[in-house]
Amino acid sequence: MSLTFDSARMPNPHMREEHEAWRTQLRRFVDTEIMPYAEQWDEDGHIPIELWPKAAEVGLLGLGYPEAFGGISEGIDSWHNWITNEELARIGVGGIPASLMVHGIGLPPVINWGSEAMKQAVAPSVIAGEKHIALGITEPGGGSDVANLSTTAERDGDHFIVNGSKTYITGGMRANWVSTAVRTGGEGPGGVSMLLIPTDAEGFSRTALDRKQGWWASDTATLYFDNVRVPVENLIGEENKGFLVIMTNFNGERMAMASGMEAMARVCLEEAVAWAQERKTFGKRLADHQVIRHKIAQMKQKLNATQAYVRACYESIESGTPNPGDIAMLKVQASETVEFCAREAMQILGGIGYMRGSRVERIYREVRVNAIGGGSEEIMRDLASRQYGI
Amino acid sequence: MKVLVAVKRVVDYNVKVRAKADGSDVDLNNVKMSINPFCEIAVEEAVRLKEAGTATEVIAVSIGDKACQEQIRTALALGADRGIQVETEGSVEPLVVAKLLKGVVEKEQPQLVILGKQSIDGDNNQTGQMLGALTNMPQGTFASEIAVDGDKLSVTREVDGGLQTLSLNMPAIVTSDLRLNEPRYASLPNIMKAKKKPLDVYSPADLGVEVTTHLTQVSVEPPAERQAGIKVESVDELVDKLKNEAKVI
Repeated sequence: MSLTFDSARMPNPHMREEHEAWRTQLRRFVDTEIMPYAEQWDEDGHIPIELWPKAAEVGLLGLGYPEAFGGISEGIDSWHNWITNEELARIGVGGIPASLMVHGIGLPPVINWGSEAMKQAVAPSVIAGEKHIALGITEPGGGSDVANLSTTAERDGDHFIVNGSKTYITGGMRANWVSTAVRTGGEGPGGVSMLLIPTDAEGFSRTALDRKQGWWASDTATLYFDNVRVPVENLIGEENKGFLVIMTNFNGERMAMASGMEAMARVCLEEAVAWAQERKTFGKRLADHQVIRHKIAQMKQKLNATQAYVRACYESIESGTPNPGDIAMLKVQASETVEFCAREAMQILGGIGYMRGSRVERIYREVRVNAIGGGSEEIMRDLASRQYGI
Repeated sequence: MKVLVAVKRVVDYNVKVRAKADGSDVDLNNVKMSINPFCEIAVEEAVRLKEAGTATEVIAVSIGDKACQEQIRTALALGADRGIQVETEGSVEPLVVAKLLKGVVEKEQPQLVILGKQSIDGDNNQTGQMLGALTNMPQGTFASEIAVDGDKLSVTREVDGGLQTLSLNMPAIVTSDLRLNEPRYASLPNIMKAKKKPLDVYSPADLGVEVTTHLTQVSVEPPAERQAGIKVESVDELVDKLKNEAKVI
């Protein structure tokens, strides 16, 4: 038996027949509609707009959202999510899931905290892949320090007037709406609100951040708000209660990133093993050299640990007792694992792994965005320390 | 119009199969199993007939042990309305499958039966034809296009010389070729809905069929491994090798 993406996945007793059916269909979709073009889309710096409706049709965009908005939530659990994150990471182009599924961070604030009218206006078209929504938190002046953001929204009658800017916004170039964190009150977390800002509003502009180390296929943007008038009905949740909205979004995002990173690390293992079994040096296969065998075993060891940890966190979510500290540290576990596996796979592949066109070369470029985005390793450790009451 | 579709559980087409060490069979341990691709095409065609308003009900039938319910669920997720499993143990030969299907045909009285032209494991290409003979129904095999017109069924067949079109009186039997259609993806909502669709289980005895064997599998061997190529020095050497070693010219 060789170590492949599938055989290197440890058994999970929670996976039932319908989960495997979803994996089968999703893989068919990915292998037909995405894989053959993934490298080109990465080089092009964007994915074609037609992919969203196709992804909607197969049920990908609606996963976990209420049926009333065209989603599918009945019977859906964390194991469906895990499979989805894995199968999209398997493409080995991080910008594709990041961009295609960015509504996964932009839409939940609307679904969980928005008014009924707002949900009706936004959710069905996003879930159908016809329109797009992004999340705007980070600012040029600061990222992880959410409580001190400086984009302002001042009340003027039945409108807010928004001024400021947001940066590193995934899906920002394409978004029709941005769930945006703004300052409506005083200093600190108690003055932050979430506001749904339509990108066709007057005074809104954006520029592409298209020269990045990784996530090439993602349309990352800087957004500018210059006296943008937004109706007060666009408040997501209560005024000055935006910090809570932002915080509740993080567990899902971190689980998606962590399980995606584990799967990317597994792709590195698969590619490295296939090469090590084929390539001959000094009269024997690479896989027969002890130095290479030990690299592979160590990659698998770290993958096993990360998989078990992902499963434990999903189990805690399923039982309704997620621990944000544990989930934060899982994200670190996963980014260290993908960093290690991308490095070791690259060493095993040698020159061929360094050339553009291999999944390992691409994943190597995706390591940092995963280790920084959605909460950097340092912030994660800090958050966990506080959660653990050290 | 009721349409019956037969689906078979086979090794997934992406799997590199291996023979068992004792050469008795293909090693199916821990191997991914799927719906036979030609059967999937058959299901898709039936579902399209239903979507077009031509068919009123699509029934997916599979013959095998409990595991084949997975493939029936796949057919249900693709759009079939209900499933039937005929429970058997071990491998069953095409003739037995055809007899069991005949039993289901008699029970359900479909106007149209669609099967894959063959399964990618046994590659027998027999079941549809045998079912035609047993039921005395007209058959259109290797179909690349079908069209229903009242009680008639027009079947375009892929034959060596090109395309042949037959007109059959229904009830009829069709076996699907690769180009009949491109099956859709079963969406997540439809996978979840499929769990709730009815699935009946029959035994061969319920259908009045005795499972017998007429064939014995003697051995299964992997194909010879491809040898590495060589570089020849000259055209003369190439011609000589093609003539005397490969014996192709």
